[in-house]
Amino acid sequence: MTSSSLTSPQDAPAVQGRSLWQDAWRRLLANRAALVSLIVLTLIAIAAVFGPLFLPWSYDQIDWDHVEAMPPDFASGHYFGTDSLGRDLLARTLFGGRISLMVGILATFVALTIGVTVGTVAGYVGGKTDQFLMRFVDLMYSVPLTFFVIILMVFFGRNFILMFLAIGAVEWLTMARIVRGQTLTLRSKEFIEAARASGGSTPAIILRHIVPNVLGVVMVYVTLTIPNVILLESFLSFLGLGVQEPMTSWGMLINDGAAELEINPRTLIIPAAFMTATLFCFNFLGDGLRDALDPKDR
Amino acid sequence: MTAPLLQVRDLKVHFSVRGQGLFAAPQTLKAVDGVSFNLASGETLGIVGESGCGKSTLGRAVLQLLPATAGSVAWLGEELTALDKATLKARRQDLQIVFQDPLASLDPRMTAGNIIAEPLRNFHSDLSALERKARVKEMMDQVGLLPTMINRYPHEFSGGQCQRIGIARAMILNPKLVVCDEPVSALDVSIRAQIINLLMDLQSRLNLSMLFISHDLSVVRHVSRRVMVLYLGKVMELADRDSLYAAPHHPYTKALISAVPIPDPDTERAKPRVVVNDDLPSPLNPPSGCVFRTRCPKATGICAKVTPILEPAGPGHDVACHHWRD
Repeated sequence: MTSSSLTSPQDAPAVQGRSLWQDAWRRLLANRAALVSLIVLTLIAIAAVFGPLFLPWSYDQIDWDHVEAMPPDFASGHYFGTDSLGRDLLARTLFGGRISLMVGILATFVALTIGVTVGTVAGYVGGKTDQFLMRFVDLMYSVPLTFFVIILMVFFGRNFILMFLAIGAVEWLTMARIVRGQTLTLRSKEFIEAARASGGSTPAIILRHIVPNVLGVVMVYVTLTIPNVILLESFLSFLGLGVQEPMTSWGMLINDGAAELEINPRTLIIPAAFMTATLFCFNFLGDGLRDALDPKDR
Repeated sequence: MTAPLLQVRDLKVHFSVRGQGLFAAPQTLKAVDGVSFNLASGETLGIVGESGCGKSTLGRAVLQLLPATAGSVAWLGEELTALDKATLKARRQDLQIVFQDPLASLDPRMTAGNIIAEPLRNFHSDLSALERKARVKEMMDQVGLLPTMINRYPHEFSGGQCQRIGIARAMILNPKLVVCDEPVSALDVSIRAQIINLLMDLQSRLNLSMLFISHDLSVVRHVSRRVMVLYLGKVMELADRDSLYAAPHHPYTKALISAVPIPDPDTERAKPRVVVNDDLPSPLNPPSGCVFRTRCPKATGICAKVTPILEPAGPGHDVACHHWRD
């Protein structure tokens, strides 16, 4: 009987608000450098993950007809040529990218999880817990990375997984400090007090209020940590503590290429170009994220 | 006379402050120093005083958001300061707070609906998401927010609307006591009346008791039945509203009341002023005897030696001054 236009405000569909994340996403897309970086990174990641499936040569396959480093040759399917052992350079670069990106992302994820947990607990709970956790962080800071990795090698033998552990174990320290600092400023905010007044337990407050609010800063730090980790991995590989032949990573490829720079600069330039592009993109993305997440701080 | 809902006896909140210099001994800041009052069911007690006199600290200590150094806070005869965490959490259902800064008291990453629903999630976890949403919408309607705004974020609301969200969050559990910590001082004058009327309306509907903290005497006069005047953490005067505003006994109260502007330039200019000299003394080093003596026009020798106690100066009117009879 009544017309549908007479619905009470109770029944009207709820207006969809725009969250700070959505706002930040819009601002990020409006940032040209960040947008281009995001696209390039996506392309590199897709190429690294799926590229090797479509190449005629695999990363560890030796082409006995082209054992000497060969310039790009489309007829034999070596689009970037081969390295000094006759392995396809494109396949090796893409496969190395897979390893480098995987190490970068996984180790950063490990660092993120531990760092955010320790940082929020230390910052929010405070007192003796804070003292204990932060002194432990200071202690860990004083252990040199290479020393730490060598000890791990001695105990557990050469293992790919160890690298995540070693790098993650080093990178979470800074993350924990940053998160703790952020948590300290958040803790005195009224909305945290309001959450306590409305009966929230400590874990609930940390998960519901602290973590979502520190995540902005953490995201920025994550994008800056990934290239850091990629560099660390190449450093470890350079020392022979990282990835082992015939597996490879960008760090190792650059190391190999540097050895034959004078006769065959191509073997250095190609992986180096991929790696540099990735590092640049992560850095631009980090800058863009920082601006997007905190427009007031610019 | 029925037993008071809330009975505060000689409540003290002291903070340890690091002294100046490398080897300085820590100093004690007495934010609240020996405050006592009763609050009956459905009553509003206004708490006034200038900045830094311990108003907000008192409100938070009553709710156990800050630990009390000494004294007792009895809620329905039960001592709150001695409760363990779990019991205290259960009591929080009845004790809520509305904050001063409307935007800062709302989590910027949560929607209005989630913010208002948070106390429900803490205390009524058996409610389904749908029931919770219905309760939230009903509450939003009660505080004058359109239920269609349930998915909006705090930054999309105006200050007054944010305060309404804060009020809705405080009221959704049907509390018995709400501490209003300067709920209107961050709002535009035009919005203030709306928020105050909303609070008073909710109070009569839900039979709430309120501690109304403010430095605005006119606002306090409008909402309170009794008024407590604080100065450097101590009670100067505690009286029924009409008696306090009509015949203030304490020189500090007189000065405060005479400082309230009258919206008529001629009357304002002609009005006698009780002028208070100097700045507020540091609460780290309060004056001996009566804390107000350094700025009091009536101060004499006794004020420096003997701390005045709160004594009855009439029915329902207590004052802490040696010279209130003069």
